[in-house]
Amino acid sequence: MSEEIRLMKGDEAIGEAAVRAGCKAYFGYPITPQNELTAYMAKHMLDKGRTFIQAESEVAAINMVYGAASTGARAMTSSSSPGISLKQEGISYLCGADLPCVIVNVARSGPGLGGISPSQGDYFQSTRGGGHGDYHTIVLAPKSVQEAADLTYEAFSISERYRIPVLVLADGLIGQMMEGVVFKDEIDPASLPPEPFAVGHQAETGRPNRHVTSINLVPEELEKQNIVRFERYGQVKKELTRYEEVQVEDADLVLVAYGTAARVCLGALQDARRKGLKVGLFRPITLWPFPDAAIGRLAGKGSRFLSVEMSMGQMVEDVRLAVNGRAPVDFYGRCGGMVPSEEEVLAEIERILGKRS
Amino acid sequence: MEAAYSHPKSLVPVQSKYCPGCGHGIIHRLIAEVIDEMGLQARSIITNPVGCAIWADLYFDFDSVQPAHGRTPAASTGIKRMLPDHLVVCYQGDGDLAAIGTAETIHAANRGEKFTTIFVNNAIYGMTGGQMAPTTLVGQYATTAPYGRDPDVAGMGYPIKVCELLATLQGTKYLARGAVNNPVNVKKTKKYIRTAFEAQMRGEGFTMVEILSQCPTNWKMSPVQSVEWVESSMIPFYPLGEIKNTLQPDPAAAAAVKPAGVR
Amino acid sequence: MTEKTYMAGFGGQGIISLGEMWVFCAMKEGLQVTFFPFYGAEKRGGVARASVIVSEKEIASPLVTRADSVVIMNQDSVPIAEEVCRQGGLILVNSSLVKKDPDRPDARIIRIPCNEIAERIGDVRIANMVMMGALSKATGAIRLENLEPVLKSFFPEKKHALIPMNIAAVEAGKQAV
Ligand SMILES: Cc1ncc(C[n+]2csc(CCOP(=O)(O)OP(=O)(O)O)c2C)c(N)n1
Repeated sequence: MSEEIRLMKGDEAIGEAAVRAGCKAYFGYPITPQNELTAYMAKHMLDKGRTFIQAESEVAAINMVYGAASTGARAMTSSSSPGISLKQEGISYLCGADLPCVIVNVARSGPGLGGISPSQGDYFQSTRGGGHGDYHTIVLAPKSVQEAADLTYEAFSISERYRIPVLVLADGLIGQMMEGVVFKDEIDPASLPPEPFAVGHQAETGRPNRHVTSINLVPEELEKQNIVRFERYGQVKKELTRYEEVQVEDADLVLVAYGTAARVCLGALQDARRKGLKVGLFRPITLWPFPDAAIGRLAGKGSRFLSVEMSMGQMVEDVRLAVNGRAPVDFYGRCGGMVPSEEEVLAEIERILGKRS
Repeated sequence: MEAAYSHPKSLVPVQSKYCPGCGHGIIHRLIAEVIDEMGLQARSIITNPVGCAIWADLYFDFDSVQPAHGRTPAASTGIKRMLPDHLVVCYQGDGDLAAIGTAETIHAANRGEKFTTIFVNNAIYGMTGGQMAPTTLVGQYATTAPYGRDPDVAGMGYPIKVCELLATLQGTKYLARGAVNNPVNVKKTKKYIRTAFEAQMRGEGFTMVEILSQCPTNWKMSPVQSVEWVESSMIPFYPLGEIKNTLQPDPAAAAAVKPAGVR
Repeated sequence: MTEKTYMAGFGGQGIISLGEMWVFCAMKEGLQVTFFPFYGAEKRGGVARASVIVSEKEIASPLVTRADSVVIMNQDSVPIAEEVCRQGGLILVNSSLVKKDPDRPDARIIRIPCNEIAERIGDVRIANMVMMGALSKATGAIRLENLEPVLKSFFPEKKHALIPMNIAAVEAGKQAV
C-alpha cells in the first residue's frame, strides 16, 4: 500500500479495485447511479486487453458472468436496484452451480422504477438470496469510497474461497461521492491459480470432463447438495462475519446501521455523546452473514437498540432476531431516496432515551 | 481397410434419454463427428440448454456448461471470450433461442460472437410437453394451441424464420438451415456444421446452423410420419440451404462450400 | 477541525469542479475529505449543489445538513443558504450575481464579486476559483499555498497552461475577503 492517495468517485474506485483484483471480464448495462463504473470498466478493461461488454440487458450481463465464471476467470457485473432485480435469475443459477463472481449494486430507491437517489431498500433482496431457491450470497456493505474499493478487491478472493457469489451493496451516495482512496497492489489475472471447477483446457491436462450445472432432478441428491452448500454457509458465518463497533461498551442505546446510514449515525453518536448520552454504534460490514452473535452479546449487556436505515425497516428484522426479545429494538428510517440527517437521528435518540428515563 | 462406421469419440457410448425418432440424437452425433474430424474433442465446450437437450452433458464426452433458459448465447459469450481458442457450441432449442432468449440471440449475433449456435428447430416445446413454440407452423397443434396455431383469431403470431431474421445483422457470417429427416439432408447438415465450426476456429464471427428436427412424441406421430412431416410441412416453410455466407474465401472452406451471399 | 460546506449555483458555474478541487487540495494538505455532488436531474442545467466536508478526523455523514460555510454563486440559490447554514455560520455570496443577500442576521456574510474579479484576470469561467480562494481565507480550513504542483496533479497535461490563471484567481479571492 505504498501508493499515493487518490481522489475518486465511489463508482470509479470500485472499478479500479476490480481491475487491480485481476477481474478478467466485466459485463454491464447502463443505469444511474452506477454509470461511471460501467464507463470506467469499458476504458480500463479494454486498455488492458481484457473483456468488457455492454450487454443488451442485465439479464444477459449476469449470464455472461455465468459463462465467464465457468471458465474460472474472475468475472464481474454491476448495476443498480432495478437491474439487480433482473439479475436475480442468473444469481440463483450461479449459486446453484457454485460459481464465484462479484456483483455490485449501487442501490437506488424503489419499488418499481422509483428514483435514482440513494436507498437501502434492497436489504431483503440482498440478504435473503433474492432469486428462487435455497441460497445466500455473501453481502458486503461499504461505508466509504475507501471501503468500497477494499471490499470489491477482496470480494473476488472471498468469492473464490467459498465458491459463492459476493454482492457488494453500496448506494447512490457511495457511488457518486468522491473521497480519498489508496489502492492495493495490482494482481495479474494470469498469475491466479486455475480453479478446480473450470471448464476448458482439457487438452493440456487430459482430466475427466467437467460439467457446470445447477440441475439435479433426483430429490435425494439435490437435498444433499443443498445441505452441503449450507454447511459451507456455516463455515462462512464462522470465518467471515465482520462488523465495526464504536463506543458500544457503556452504551445505553446502540445504533445499528450499515453503509451510508452508519456514517449518519456516527455523526449523531458524536453529537449525543457531547450531550452526555451514552450512545454506541454497531455497523455490520457483512450483511450476510449478519453479525447476530455480536449483537446478541450487546443485548445481553442490557443496551437497547435503534436500527437506522434508508428504508421502511428491513435490517431491523435481523436485529430483532439477533436480540431475540432480550432488549427493545426501535427503528428509524427514511426512504424514497431521502437520507436521514444527523439531527433527525439525534432527535430519535433523545426521544428514546428520554422516554426510558 | 478403412472403417465405414464407428462410434464418434466425442460421444459417450451410452443409451440416450431421447424419445424414439427424436432428432436431437442425430444432431449430437453430427456435432461429435465433426469435432472428432477436426481433432477438437479436448478443446470443446457445449452449453446444454434448458429443453430436451439439457442432458447433452451426459452424451458429449467433453466439458459443458448449463445456463438458464434462453440465456445460452449470453453464457456462450462469456465462455468464448475467456477461451477464444476453444470450440464453443451454443446448443439451443426453438423456445430457448427464439422465445425466451430472443434478445440474447440477436445481440450475440450482432456482436459477432465467435461461437457456433446449433439451433434445433422442432417447431414445438419438447421438454415441457408439446406447447406452442415460436417456430410452430400455422395450423399446427400444440397443447397451448388446441385448435392449431391461429395467428388471426387467437392472436398466436406467426412462425419465426430465425436464419432470415438474423441475416440482416452484420455480425452474422454464416447462417445455414439443414434437416435430419433423411440421409441426404443429414449429410448436408453435417457439412454446414463443419463449415460453421471451421469459421468459428478462424474467428470469423457469428455462425449458426438451424436444424429442422423431428419430435414424434409431441407431434403425436410415429417416427416415420414425423420425418415425412418435416419434408411435407416444415421444409416448404423453412427452406434449406445456406441462408447467408459471408465467410472469408478460405481455400479449405471454399472447396467445401460455394459462398452463397445473402439470399 | 471539521469544515462542512454546502455549495450551490447553477449548472455551468463550476460548482462541481469547485467542490472537487476544494477536497483535492484539502487531501493534499493531509485532511480527510468527502465531496458529494447531488446527481440526477440537476446535472443538466438547473441547480448544481454539492456537500463538501474536509476534516482532521474521520468524516461522519457525507451529507451537509448544517453547514459551517455556504457558497452561493447565484441569486436563485440564496434560499438554500438561508436553510442550510448553521447558527452563526458563514455565507459567501458571489455578489456579481447575488443582488439580495440571504436573510440570516446571525450569519457572517461575505460578498465577493467573483465574476468581475475573474473577468479582470481573464476569464469569467474561473469565478469558481476566486470563490475557492475566498473560502479558504474565510474558513481557514485549508491554506491553498504552493498550489502549482497540486493543480498540476489535478489537471490533465493539456490544461496545464491554464494553471497560472487559476492560481491568480485563488489569490485574488483570498484578498477579496
Ligand atoms: C425461466 C424458465 N421458464 C420456463 C422453463 C420451462 N421450460 C423448460 S424446457 C422449456 C421449453 C424448451 O423448448 P425448446 O427450447 O424448444 O427445446 P426442446 O425441449 O424442444 O428441445 C421450457 C418452457 C424454464 N426452465 N425456465
